[in-house]
Amino acid sequence: MSLPSSTGGNSDLPLRRVAVIWLVLSVIGVLAVLFGLEPHMPPGADTAQAHEQRIANTAIAAILMPITIGVLVYFVFALTTFRQRGDVVVDGPPIHGDSRLQATWVLGTVAIVLVLAAYGTYALFTTESNAAGSGGGQGPTLISSAPAGSLQVQVVSQQWEFTYRYPQYGGVETTELALPAGRTVVFHVTSLDVIHSFWAYQLGVKVDAVPGTDNVADVTPKKVESFTVRCAELCGVWHGAMSGTGQVMSASDFAAWIAQQQTAAAPVIKALPPYHTIYYPDPVGRAG
Amino acid sequence: MTRRNRIVTLVAGGAVSVALMVWYVLSWVVSFPSTVRAETSNGTASVTFQTVASYGHQPHPDWVSYLTLNAQHQWVHSTVVEVPANSLVTITIENYDGASGLRNPLWSQPRGVVGGTETVDGKPLTVLNPDDASHTFAIPDMGVSIEVPGVADDAPNQCTVTPCDHSMAHRTIVFTIRTGKPGHYRWQCFVPCAAGFPNGFGGPMQTMGWMDGYLNVTA
Amino acid sequence: MTLRPGEPVESVHASRSPWLRPNVFTGVVGAAIGFIIGVWIGHRVGTHLDWVSAIDQNDVSVFGGYAFGTIGYLAGLGMLEYPLRRMLGRRPVNVIKGERGIWRYLTANTDHKVIGLQYLWGIGVFFFIAGLNAMLIRTNLLRPSPPVFSPGQYLTIVGLHGSMMVMMVSSIILGPFGHYLVPLMIGARRMAFPRIEALTFWLTPLSGVILMSAISYGGFPTGWTGYPPLALQANAGMDAYIFAFFLVAVAMVLNAINLMVTIITMRAPGLTWNRLPIFVWSMLATSVLMLLGAPVLIAGLLMESLDRTASTSFFIAANGGSPFLFENLFWFFGHPEVYVLALPGFGVVLEILPVFARKPLWGYRVAVSGLLGVALLSFMVWQHHLFVSGINSNLRPFYMLTTELISVPTGFVFLAAMGTLWRARIRYTVPMLFSLAFFFNFLIGGLSGVFLSDVPSDVSLHGSYFVMAHFHYTIMGGLIFAFFAGLYYWLPKMNGLELDERLGKLHFWTMFISFNSTFLPLFALGMMGMPRRVNTYAPHLQFLNDWASVSAFALGGSMLIFLANLVWSLAFARRPAASNPWQSRGLEWQVPTPVPLENFDEVPTILAGPYEYGDAQAPPVARLGGGPIPATAGD
Repeated sequence: MSLPSSTGGNSDLPLRRVAVIWLVLSVIGVLAVLFGLEPHMPPGADTAQAHEQRIANTAIAAILMPITIGVLVYFVFALTTFRQRGDVVVDGPPIHGDSRLQATWVLGTVAIVLVLAAYGTYALFTTESNAAGSGGGQGPTLISSAPAGSLQVQVVSQQWEFTYRYPQYGGVETTELALPAGRTVVFHVTSLDVIHSFWAYQLGVKVDAVPGTDNVADVTPKKVESFTVRCAELCGVWHGAMSGTGQVMSASDFAAWIAQQQTAAAPVIKALPPYHTIYYPDPVGRAG
Repeated sequence: MTRRNRIVTLVAGGAVSVALMVWYVLSWVVSFPSTVRAETSNGTASVTFQTVASYGHQPHPDWVSYLTLNAQHQWVHSTVVEVPANSLVTITIENYDGASGLRNPLWSQPRGVVGGTETVDGKPLTVLNPDDASHTFAIPDMGVSIEVPGVADDAPNQCTVTPCDHSMAHRTIVFTIRTGKPGHYRWQCFVPCAAGFPNGFGGPMQTMGWMDGYLNVTA
Repeated sequence: MTLRPGEPVESVHASRSPWLRPNVFTGVVGAAIGFIIGVWIGHRVGTHLDWVSAIDQNDVSVFGGYAFGTIGYLAGLGMLEYPLRRMLGRRPVNVIKGERGIWRYLTANTDHKVIGLQYLWGIGVFFFIAGLNAMLIRTNLLRPSPPVFSPGQYLTIVGLHGSMMVMMVSSIILGPFGHYLVPLMIGARRMAFPRIEALTFWLTPLSGVILMSAISYGGFPTGWTGYPPLALQANAGMDAYIFAFFLVAVAMVLNAINLMVTIITMRAPGLTWNRLPIFVWSMLATSVLMLLGAPVLIAGLLMESLDRTASTSFFIAANGGSPFLFENLFWFFGHPEVYVLALPGFGVVLEILPVFARKPLWGYRVAVSGLLGVALLSFMVWQHHLFVSGINSNLRPFYMLTTELISVPTGFVFLAAMGTLWRARIRYTVPMLFSLAFFFNFLIGGLSGVFLSDVPSDVSLHGSYFVMAHFHYTIMGGLIFAFFAGLYYWLPKMNGLELDERLGKLHFWTMFISFNSTFLPLFALGMMGMPRRVNTYAPHLQFLNDWASVSAFALGGSMLIFLANLVWSLAFARRPAASNPWQSRGLEWQVPTPVPLENFDEVPTILAGPYEYGDAQAPPVARLGGGPIPATAGD
């Protein structure tokens, strides 16, 4: 970082020391992000999608760290070095700019931005388990096709609870969410009333639930664990209470669980509408 | 009046009106329905609600609502009920409202209640025709959901103004839940019963003290 | 009495008592009368609509009350006299301009300096009310559960805080400083459309009161975004939100036209685009955003009000509408709107920095292209608010790229600031401290936005407290810090009194520390999975929430220090300010304090740019009042 002065060179300023401080702090900062923060970066590494989000969060933090430190080091240096003490008002040198430095800055920031955008695009379309989309809602169709034998789970959002429908298991609908480990799950998120957002934190899944829309996201849970489910879009008076836990279980536990759900819900399954990607319940006309 | 006095008057007037506005906002913000304590005898608590098609009084005479019976056997317009922790609570709902039907038929099966069933007018119920639902009483965090069937539309002597009494057409729903650890559990109705609001879920369905409330489980 | 060209117009009110002339009190009376008439008409219409009569909430009547109330209010303020008289071919009444004393602030005065001060005090009130709502929000979040306030009330507080900050406080720089300073900075005697200028101000308190009236209709649950179908279910308080936002959007369009025409056509001779103060550039860029963005919001709000009153279904999926339509319309306005908040802040701090660095603004053209670049790009990024919404997912790389590109022009602003500080002679006055804090806060705010622009990151952070912390760093840390920088800098010119410097520094340090202490933990809370706008949260998040709440109360306390400074300096100390206390070259500082009614005796001739510090050869910024042109006036 060298800026010209009207007096010629900058040999009177400790610029080399500033550059070294920046370099040292940046290296420490980047290492701290990569090794200190990374294990705590959201949302974890329990699924390929969550892991990818963690990588993205870490990578962006690491890229931004030298920039942030550079700007801060410059400000600290300039604000301490070029301070005018006392009440006397003295003018500084009339420097209007430096076209080479400006061009370098423009090209540098554009380059960083293009790298970030290219990386984000790459990460969006390819993931380690070939489940593109990064766990976010992808509209009615998946960016990449889910593997055969995927578990379809419909998230039926309503004021103010998520319920879950398993079309491959007789269309049974449950109030609890259970998923088998090691099998790709395709969430079909829809809403019966207002906009909600299905957020399974540890799975790295966030999908808006929009009435009349089948919003799809896929994820492959690997670890047997319980995970948090929250509504992430303001949906009315009980939005703050619209939360729960889901469970990733082994394949055999899941088979037992779903069979038990089918038995327990046997009386009500007949009353449910046939499985469909979206539902248009009567919006109850304004006359009630 | 001198210029200075005029300025003082105006500033004071402005301050008073701002203070009044702030007071108005604050007094509305802190308003909350009163808490009704459940009756306890022999280790079981009991709560009695009535559900009415229209409250019949200001501020919203047309809104559907729950009412709660307090210890003095008076109906109060509140939905906040205090019950003991780790005990059985028998809840009685007297429904004076007609059916409007469930949006998600999943809620037509009683869940999370002791014995797995509720009784309607003394008869046990395992599943209700979703179209016959008038209301539900659901405590999502306890896994509790029970159905309240409606009064027939052509039944004589329909209740119009609260509080309703037993001489009017009604259904009586009784069920028992087991409370766990202390906490404030929200409860709500899942039937889109707020007439006039899209999806039937505005107004009374989103206002404390009407079709939503708290079950305060205390140690 | 027809109007002949060139005939002097005069006030027909001059002889009356000020209480009987059109003023804010007659405006309130007019509003009340209009409101009653509107409610009655709306009720007559509404009772013939069966979807309205089925419930005891008559949205037609509420909208009618607001619409007629607005007309009555404007009539009471005397706003309608001029157009009506012109339509009838009568001689128009003189606009009240030369009046002295307190009454000029309580009338539809057309002096841009009076309007600037009206904006300052008017918006200040809403800033403090909205801030009080923030205190209530943080009170509720002191414990995970149970909530302190009823959930509906809590959502309304959240909505009032957000809406009031975005609707009224969004013009906290554009209103007071834009109106007061733009004519002074460009050597003009007034704005291009003084009556429209008065109208835009007086719509602001009206929309604020209408917004607050939501609580008498049961509040509104949607936050500041007003998403249907939730907004369609809401109580009549939603109508207050819609109508208030509608008035604000109208005021934005009018303000934008007024500022653009003023800046483009009314610059003094010699004020070339290269000499235009950077603050005026920021006002121009903001005007472009408001002119193109606000009409789209008006369209969206109109559809929403029709869905609520006329049983249309623009946003009801079951009847063929789409909630996505509103999301797109709203954010097509909403994202430029956040730059309506940010750009004036850029302008203020870049205006102040050269003065206290005693150096020219480094890279002036880069800074200007930064402002214009942000303005242009901000119209191409709106779907980054909808990355997980289910809209065509293949569009996401495009919005990811445009969103990240916007950091390039924002970087220009930082480059200009950093270059200006190079070899500067920095004086740490209160305005300078606030300006420097702006860059610290905006650095964090801007860079945290990069996480939200990247789709994989955004999936984990969208809708969480991370987003909340991000935009508070840019808006509170940016706009509000820049506002205080500008206030400490320009208030001595605007009302001729000095603000106490020691209290000012105390205010700065308490605000800067408590602000960062409030919002830094919120980034962590968002990363740990706390969604926005919730009234209960997981117990393990309590420590950070309590930390943020206590810091937020300290932040509120720093505002009380500011109020104390204001009261002390303006009511008790009353030290008159010098006409140019900061030795600034800016044209606005070359006029006497208090600024004369018509600003300049004679239209000034601009001789040089406003930032030529350190150049002994540079001519004074302008020739005022007919003095000789200095020999050095080269370019």
